[in-house]
Amino acid sequence: MNNHIWRPLYVVLVIIAFFLVLRYFLVPQDFGVHGVNFTYGYHRAGDINDWQAVPIKYRGREFCNECHPDNAAANASSKHAAIQCENCHGPAFDHPEAPEKLILDTSRDLCLRCHAALHTPSSQRSLIKGIDPDTHNPAIPCSDCHNPHKPDLEDMQ
Amino acid sequence: MRCSRRDLLAMALTTTAAAILPVTAFRFLSQAEVKVALADPALRWGFLVDTEKCVGCGLCVKACKLENETPYDAPVTRTWVERYIITKDDQTHIDSPRAARDGFTDPRIRGEAFDPAEVTKSFFVPKLCNQCDSPPCVQVCPVGATYQTLDGVVLIDRKWCIGCGYCIMACPYGVRFFHPVHKVAEKCNFCYHRISQGLKPACVQACPFGAREICNLKDANDPITRIIMTQRVAVTKDEYGTKPQVFYIGLDRNVR
Amino acid sequence: MESMIVHGLEWTTKELFVYPNEYIYWSIQIVMYPYMTGLVAGAFVLSSLYHVFGQKDLKELARFSLVFSLALLPTALLPLLFHLQQPLRGIYVMLTPHFTSAIAAFGIVFSTYAAIVLSEIWFVYRQYFVEQTLALQGQPGPGLVIKRRLYQLLTLGAYDISAPALVKDKKAVKILAATGIPVACFLHGYAGFIFGSVKANALWMSPLMPVIFIMSAVVSGIALCMLTYIVIMEWKKLRSTPAQDTDVAQVSRITVMEEVIAKASRYLIGFLVAAIALELLDLIFRGYTAMKSWDILRFVLYQKDFVNIFILQYGLGNLLPFILLILPRLTIRRTVIALLLILYGVFMMRWNVVIGGQAFSLSFAGFMHYHLPLLPHSAETFKEGLLGALTVVSIPFILFWLINMIVPSLTTDQETP
Repeated sequence: MNNHIWRPLYVVLVIIAFFLVLRYFLVPQDFGVHGVNFTYGYHRAGDINDWQAVPIKYRGREFCNECHPDNAAANASSKHAAIQCENCHGPAFDHPEAPEKLILDTSRDLCLRCHAALHTPSSQRSLIKGIDPDTHNPAIPCSDCHNPHKPDLEDMQ
Repeated sequence: MRCSRRDLLAMALTTTAAAILPVTAFRFLSQAEVKVALADPALRWGFLVDTEKCVGCGLCVKACKLENETPYDAPVTRTWVERYIITKDDQTHIDSPRAARDGFTDPRIRGEAFDPAEVTKSFFVPKLCNQCDSPPCVQVCPVGATYQTLDGVVLIDRKWCIGCGYCIMACPYGVRFFHPVHKVAEKCNFCYHRISQGLKPACVQACPFGAREICNLKDANDPITRIIMTQRVAVTKDEYGTKPQVFYIGLDRNVR
Repeated sequence: MESMIVHGLEWTTKELFVYPNEYIYWSIQIVMYPYMTGLVAGAFVLSSLYHVFGQKDLKELARFSLVFSLALLPTALLPLLFHLQQPLRGIYVMLTPHFTSAIAAFGIVFSTYAAIVLSEIWFVYRQYFVEQTLALQGQPGPGLVIKRRLYQLLTLGAYDISAPALVKDKKAVKILAATGIPVACFLHGYAGFIFGSVKANALWMSPLMPVIFIMSAVVSGIALCMLTYIVIMEWKKLRSTPAQDTDVAQVSRITVMEEVIAKASRYLIGFLVAAIALELLDLIFRGYTAMKSWDILRFVLYQKDFVNIFILQYGLGNLLPFILLILPRLTIRRTVIALLLILYGVFMMRWNVVIGGQAFSLSFAGFMHYHLPLLPHSAETFKEGLLGALTVVSIPFILFWLINMIVPSLTTDQETP
């Protein structure tokens, strides 16, 4: 092996050895096959915990009901019962600590999500009463006349 | 207390056997197989979309963007809703303005109005990551930054993704994109932080019409799983062999 | 406030229905990447034609193209780094390679290939390194001392330049050149595999893709080497004043060059025909089988991208140079025009694959248009714009100039020992 033709090979081997040492220190210890197989489960195990630790923003109506039972009950008996509080009031995060107040969306656009008249015969959208936003009292907020928690037309404000 | 030699021998043998057993039990399993055996095999997340119920309000998209911190005004999203209008001349018109973040409020598609008499079908189709059983996006990741968890959700490691975009190219459903802030691949993960804590995904919770439901496909008593098991459901783009785990009621041949 | 950039928004326009997250994610640098790796592979194959198959008349070109393929090597890496959203994490491909991905093979194949090219150059130039080290011994001045140290390092301590040792060098070169051909083909074939294996993309998915890529790679590599060779030789001719250069030497050099070029262009035509045949086969097959995607593919191929594909790529980039090269009485000037057109044609082929593959939506119901950022106004529009592409193109020439100062590859036999 004293032949000079092996010299480039030695250089390559030294580089590989150096790289393997580098790899040992740079790759997280929990990297490996943690799923069903190498194709679909080769990853850093700790990432699952990272994802599980993402803070929750939308708390759900039960959370709102704890402090606002009157509003929750009013809405629950209305045609809007299916709509979550946070769809209009915004995500609760850690309310009432942070944020102290939620930002209520009172725009016409919010109501138009469901109540803009569309021709969608093969969807249950066609069962919802719709208006043409350009002709139905444009520029007036919907909540001036309609109570979102009691949307029935008999209860117009 | 009397202890014969035979008792002692028997006791010694059982203790040794008991000590060895756990080791031998796993000896012939590979590392990965052991992990599968140890993990909870009773959980596999599935999703059911009822397109008949969807009214195109887009509250799911809004909730998703806020819950998952996808920049609200960036034209990328983890979930979206498509509107289909099929006319008598068998033309399919599709749109999803702002990914339906603000819902559908305009009867026109890209400025084109449709005579109701000419419209044969029109409906909405919510889209999200299919959490495929054979995810091509995971197969092509060069660094192992995206993977399938044992409960079937495909996640992306934001600390390890190099941002090559190969997974985005490999997904036939176009659910992946580059996160505008984190600069890594991003997509729906059924709100993994929520479902891991027993909550429903933000879009499921936000939907007032029950058009979106999540379930455990391994639990035959789960009411949603029962629907998937007993009713006629379809998946999108079956031909790619990705085995999607998002099932649809009322899918149409025109749905892309 | 963190910067917010929707990748692809800058240069993508959408038409009809396109899924919300769809953009031209793979842009100019991914066009450059297979183009540059193709040049690397092609240059190496050309040099191997001499070393392995003993094509003596390619000797002049062989040494040059070997060194040139070394200069091209980093530019196969550069487009990828420019393209990555997290360029600093590029090394992860080597750290945790996920081998079910075609890209994961890149690190290993690329390093193997680099090792082969470097070793081969070492064996070709070892004698020169030793002679330089000996000649510079005892010379004064810090510049020459550094130069001597460099050559000393390059010899790797192997000073034996006896005849038997040099025979061993020759043999090693031959073996390395032979192993290098499949590795070079693999390096490029897998670049084709990266595209051909994407089942989500109707235009890319084809088992022919890797072979098509190798063929056009060899075509572009040979063309670039020939072109650079001609330019350098002409430049040398201009620089050498008539007083220093005898008429005989000049004439002999021109004939040598013309012979080399004539021979190389025959290989070029062969590979060109193979590349076009495969591409047409792919196209015909798609039309004949007319799968679900054919409606939109046909629209893209025959209408949206017609000029790019049939006029610029096949017409201007393939057919015209083919005619120019097979017409009798081939002159150097005509060869140069043909070579430029071929290089352009292969570039357009890469463009039409990479950009063309993203010209239609995965929904098959809409289109996307790519607008190459010309003037950069952000890091992203530089990296993935015209200037980024030009940077990638210019670097091999700068590198070649640098490498050539240490490892001269343009001297003819009379000048080298």
